[in-house]
Amino acid sequence: MKMHYGAPIIVGLVIFIGALCAPFVVGTAVTKTYKQPELKMPANEKECVESKEFMREKHMQLLNDWRDWALRDGKRTYTNHAGKEFTISLQNTCMKCHVSKADFCDKCHLDAGVSPYCWDCHVQPEGLK
Amino acid sequence: MKNNRRSFIKLAGIAAAGLALAPKAMASGGGAAPVKVNATAIHAAHWAMVVDTTKLNTAEGIEKLAHVCHAIHNVPTIPNKQNEKWLWGAPYDEAFPEQENPHLSESVHTREYPLLCNHCVNPPCVRVCPTKATYQRPDGIVAMDYHRCIGCRYCMAGCPYGSRSFNWGEPRDYLDLKKLNAEYPTRMRGVVEKCNFCVERLAIGKLPACVEASEGALIFGDLNDPDSDVRKVLRERFTIRRKPTAGTEPSVYYII
Amino acid sequence: MLEIALKGSKRYYGWIAFLLVLIAIGSMAYANQILHGLKVTGMSRDVSWGFYISQFTYLVGLAASGVMIVLPNYFHSYKSNKHMVIFGEFMAIAACIMCLLFIVVDIGQPTRMMNMIFHPTPNSILFWDMIVLNGYLFLNLLVGWTCLQADRANLPHPKWLKPFIYTSIIWAFSIHTVTAFLYQGLPGRHYWLTAILAARFLASAFCSGPAILLLVMMVTEKFTTFKMPKKALTTLVKIIAYAMCVNMFFFALEVFTAFYSNMPGHMHPLVYLFAGVHGHHELVGLMWTFIAFAAVSITLLVTPKFRNNMKLLPWTLGILVIATWIDKGLGLLIGGFNPTPFNTITPYWPSGNELLVSMMIYAIGALVVTVLFKIATGVKQEMGQSQAMACGCSTEDTCECTAECGCKE
Ligand code: HEC
Ligand code: HEC
Ligand code: HEC
Repeated sequence: MKMHYGAPIIVGLVIFIGALCAPFVVGTAVTKTYKQPELKMPANEKECVESKEFMREKHMQLLNDWRDWALRDGKRTYTNHAGKEFTISLQNTCMKCHVSKADFCDKCHLDAGVSPYCWDCHVQPEGLK
Repeated sequence: MKNNRRSFIKLAGIAAAGLALAPKAMASGGGAAPVKVNATAIHAAHWAMVVDTTKLNTAEGIEKLAHVCHAIHNVPTIPNKQNEKWLWGAPYDEAFPEQENPHLSESVHTREYPLLCNHCVNPPCVRVCPTKATYQRPDGIVAMDYHRCIGCRYCMAGCPYGSRSFNWGEPRDYLDLKKLNAEYPTRMRGVVEKCNFCVERLAIGKLPACVEASEGALIFGDLNDPDSDVRKVLRERFTIRRKPTAGTEPSVYYII
Repeated sequence: MLEIALKGSKRYYGWIAFLLVLIAIGSMAYANQILHGLKVTGMSRDVSWGFYISQFTYLVGLAASGVMIVLPNYFHSYKSNKHMVIFGEFMAIAACIMCLLFIVVDIGQPTRMMNMIFHPTPNSILFWDMIVLNGYLFLNLLVGWTCLQADRANLPHPKWLKPFIYTSIIWAFSIHTVTAFLYQGLPGRHYWLTAILAARFLASAFCSGPAILLLVMMVTEKFTTFKMPKKALTTLVKIIAYAMCVNMFFFALEVFTAFYSNMPGHMHPLVYLFAGVHGHHELVGLMWTFIAFAAVSITLLVTPKFRNNMKLLPWTLGILVIATWIDKGLGLLIGGFNPTPFNTITPYWPSGNELLVSMMIYAIGALVVTVLFKIATGVKQEMGQSQAMACGCSTEDTCECTAECGCKE
């Protein structure tokens, strides 16, 4: 049996499979050369609200909880796992230690390809222009 | 079996729907939250305000308080009918349209009355909000969760007092960005906003900003405490509320 | 059956291309709205809902109105309507889609719309409106499509569909009732705060909806072999006549209540709309046009000579649609917001951008109607049901025309 349009079909298939695999190939290359962003850490503080690992992985959930606790439950004091208390506030707690959004939050988020919409309302420590 | 494939697809669909819902259901169960009310916060069973219009009754006087409020909460000044205001002044016939009378005493008629969210006991805005973005706190304050507001503006249609503003455009276009209060967020376009009785200040033990700046013309306190300041003035002075027939039971009272 | 929609004449594709161009233009206006916010509309702090929500309200009526064909067919075995049912259902689908779109474009933060599902709030009527509208859309898709498919295969309609059909008939009433509840439960808006609003909504829906449907069907007849059975047509026109009378009767009740009681809150919106106050007369001309057109359309509809005049009928229906549209698609909303809670007047008129976005949605609706009606008329043609005969009658009519009688004219 002869294949109709064999050549174009095979060429098409090759292009298709190539396009399908390209992200993995490029991705592996990028991963090899990827460097963790250099974050500007708070100068006078040693510890975050929670452990570094927790913050790195779960700061978005924490912020979500914070906002519901503060606004919906009216509870604005947070006790961390070590028993230390923090006032719940994005602008007045997080950003009082992490005094630069650009050199901290954004550095990671740029790499991760997320752009939290929080700053449409919340005022970053650098101020607005 | 011809039906097998069909029933499989059906089952798979149901399972997929279940998968989408399950994490939410599981996340909502959970232990006690590691949070408590600020130690410095001031509390009330039901917050209320009494406006002494014999003391505060000029456009300038109200404008001064409005400025304090709007500056603290980063409320923009927009010079057209898509404007925003949390606190503002209006003459008697606009403030109390149902309680007008052609022979009202001169002084009552010429006064300017400060208007703001009434923090109603039966707030229609809370009743109509489809996402619970507007909600009533146990202490009576009608608060907003701007994060959740979808901007349907049903609350604006529901409010009989015109106390709500919508961000038709980007509010930051109309704010002096150098004079922002960096401690408080702005809003973004597409959400509704209104006076919040300064919940963020009550949480750190401060009275609402307008009350603080009013030199005694605004009295703020616990409506359910017979010994509170508001109850004391309410006992002694004649007061009215806006649109009593709406059945909303405003928590803002006016001494006339 | 979708393949029927793909086979069409040049004119059919030309019309679709035209609609797509309108949609493209409108979507640029919508992009502009997304970019700059709702400030590109004419709405304001005082008139916080506008053209979008009023079109939504009007179209809910169109969605509900199909039931005026479906109900006689299923509840009264009025089989003259048999071949019209599918058009009522397909029109409802298009109307529901337009309604939902009008809500979406009105929302300030459309990306957060799912919050209505993540945080379901049964005390909000908007929550119920979302449920009934989506439910009605689903029911009509299911019932319409299944029935048409069965028709095409020359099979009886499946038994399991019965409950869905009956539900959808009741459901039609619910969508407009719930939409009225959206308005009539608000304590500060006197023009809406009236127990009869839901009933009036239904009455105006049952005249304006079938009128629009008939107009669209008349156009459809021009371009297809489909011909409405005479009996179905005349029955529907009678329903329109009754509904319009009831609609205006309900309106008169409002006027009586407001002015005999002399309650300021009830009178003010009517005074603003029909006479103007504080030097604002923006809507006076339009509102009297509504009254005049309503009077004309009722006169034409209740007089048998005019009602049965098929040349005049499209005009009668057109006038009726304009009258009801001014009333419900404009006056109702603006009168609800004016006078404002401060007893002042803030005029409202839709902006160009707002109108372009609305045009986009209407064009989408027209596209849906075109495609669905193409399919429906295609199937009817295949099956030889309700087709136009040379004399101008429908195959469903008892035609006594002879070559000489000249009935066609
Ligand atoms: C008391 C000062 C302080 C506050 C308040 C604070 N942080 Fe931190 N944060 C730190 C310090 C110091 C580190 C570095 C911790 C370490 O190296 O162990 C850190 C680390 C982090 C990290 C991890 C960075 C990395 O390298 O992986 C994130 C994410 C973070 N903070 C987010 C937040 C958020 C969100 C808030 C508010 C909820 C917040 N921080 C509040 C001081 C603070
Ligand atoms: C260590 C790197 C890192 C730092 C530092 C960091 N973030 Fe993130 N953040 C992430 C990553 C990665 C995500 C995306 C997570 C995901 O999508 O699951 C994220 C997501 C978020 C989200 C949720 C956004 C969304 O669209 O879901 C918020 C809110 C957020 N970050 C706030 C902050 C704030 C505020 C700071 C600064 C105080 C900060 N983050 C600092 C890595 C970081
Ligand atoms: C529409 C505007 C808006 C957006 C967008 C927004 N916020 Fe907020 N947020 C507010 C306002 C207003 C408050 C109320 C502040 C108060 O009452 O103290 C608030 C309060 C909070 C609070 C609690 C109290 C405080 O002072 O911080 C947290 C936490 C918070 N937001 C986190 C977030 C995060 C995380 C994001 C992004 C994922 C976000 N917000 C996006 C407007 C916004």
